[in-house]
Amino acid sequence: MNNINYRAIVIGTSAGGMDALEKIIPKIPGNFSIPIIIVRHLHANTNEFPGYYLIKNSALKVKEADEKESIKKGYAYIAPVNYHLLVDDDETFSLSVDEKVNYSRPSIDVLFQSAAEIYKSQLIGIILTGANKDGAEGLKIIKQYGGLTIVQDPEEAKSEVMPRTALNTCKVDYIFSLKDIADYIIDL
Amino acid sequence: MKEIISQFEQKLKKEEKELHNDSNANIENIEVELLLDAILKQYGYDFRNYSAASRKRRIKNFLSNTKYSKISELIVHLLYDTTFLEKFIFNFSVTVTEMFRDPSVYKTIRKIVIPLLKTYPFVKIWHAGCASGEEVYSMAILLKEEGIYDKCQIYATDMNDSILKQAKEGIYSIKSLKEYTYNYQKAGGANSFSEFYYSKYDSIIINNELKKNITFANHNLVTDSLFGEMHFIVCRNVLIYFNNILQDRVLKLFNDSLILDGFLCLGKKESLNFSTISDNYQKIADKEKVYQKKHE
Repeated sequence: MNNINYRAIVIGTSAGGMDALEKIIPKIPGNFSIPIIIVRHLHANTNEFPGYYLIKNSALKVKEADEKESIKKGYAYIAPVNYHLLVDDDETFSLSVDEKVNYSRPSIDVLFQSAAEIYKSQLIGIILTGANKDGAEGLKIIKQYGGLTIVQDPEEAKSEVMPRTALNTCKVDYIFSLKDIADYIIDL
Repeated sequence: MKEIISQFEQKLKKEEKELHNDSNANIENIEVELLLDAILKQYGYDFRNYSAASRKRRIKNFLSNTKYSKISELIVHLLYDTTFLEKFIFNFSVTVTEMFRDPSVYKTIRKIVIPLLKTYPFVKIWHAGCASGEEVYSMAILLKEEGIYDKCQIYATDMNDSILKQAKEGIYSIKSLKEYTYNYQKAGGANSFSEFYYSKYDSIIINNELKKNITFANHNLVTDSLFGEMHFIVCRNVLIYFNNILQDRVLKLFNDSLILDGFLCLGKKESLNFSTISDNYQKIADKEKVYQKKHE
């Protein structure tokens, strides 16, 4: 579809995020060539692994991102509860318990910014449904580095705050429905 | 034709901008390295083996709270102004913590570690990277409830003097009380949490009787040496900030400081899995990251 060799896709979401992810991740083939990294806000005291349904129904391997784990294709990684998730310069994950950002840990902004600094223009950032403003700054930084930016259509999103804030902060490349986001990713 | 040219121009412009951003990111990496070199040479703080992503993030956070716009501008001020340096160190070391963080860890310590500590006549515990002390006092509460506090000596260390001072005072915002009480109960707390502090204005103040067997001291895991003959070492959410080289150095330090059969507790996302000392240890609780040093 285009000739850029993307090296990672980062996705951020909060309220309504699990349903949204379930409409994207299971559609992606197991041999998909770009690693996917997800931050989904969840209450700190929850024990639920953020992605049980996804693990069962996806061809991709869905797992919690581990400290110093190498980032590989064929995987969708989810940030662990109560840790920020960052990408280090050797394309491994780095976790941190730094202060919350936008009342959130993990924070979408933290992941997006660190990924942008490593992958630069070879990064795709996607903001889905959510009830706070986390992710907007991060998406802007991805754009500044020449990466591709996509936001879920706020009309369709369960909670429109996060997509709307992203659209107000960053001149994004595409506003897509969940179905179109899935199709776009698959065609990459 | 005109359209094609303008499209082409736009593309060129975009590429130029990307190149500009690329080289800016590279310059920033150079600035970070220079800054860390300067701090090491002048003050002996060695942050070179900290994980690059969070290191850069913390430096940029610090920068955004100053009047300067470039990382390299910080260098001259860090070199000549020790107050500025102290501020930097305070901000650089991560001090976020809470009482009974990850309650299940404390439950495990209560159930598995403490019964074995009870068998010793005297117990030495090292809490490395204690920050503002919440987790040290949590441990003190456990020991008290299990009836062995009086034969324990806790060494609580951090590289950050200002935060150690806070830890020693044991004064925390009343805003966190609800969360702490919740954590305490989930950790298997047998009493009312309010027995361990008193309130004053907007603060809770840890009771003095919990403080009496705790020694707070400055210790830098990167450059300082071992603490001898420990029965139990707790170091949680510190190793995640280190690269592999530094993690291994610190784990060796812990290994040298622990007695045989001694316990080591790491953060939930940390492990001994890839370290050179892992063969010397037995996993006691997988999720809670509690290990015991083997006898042979």
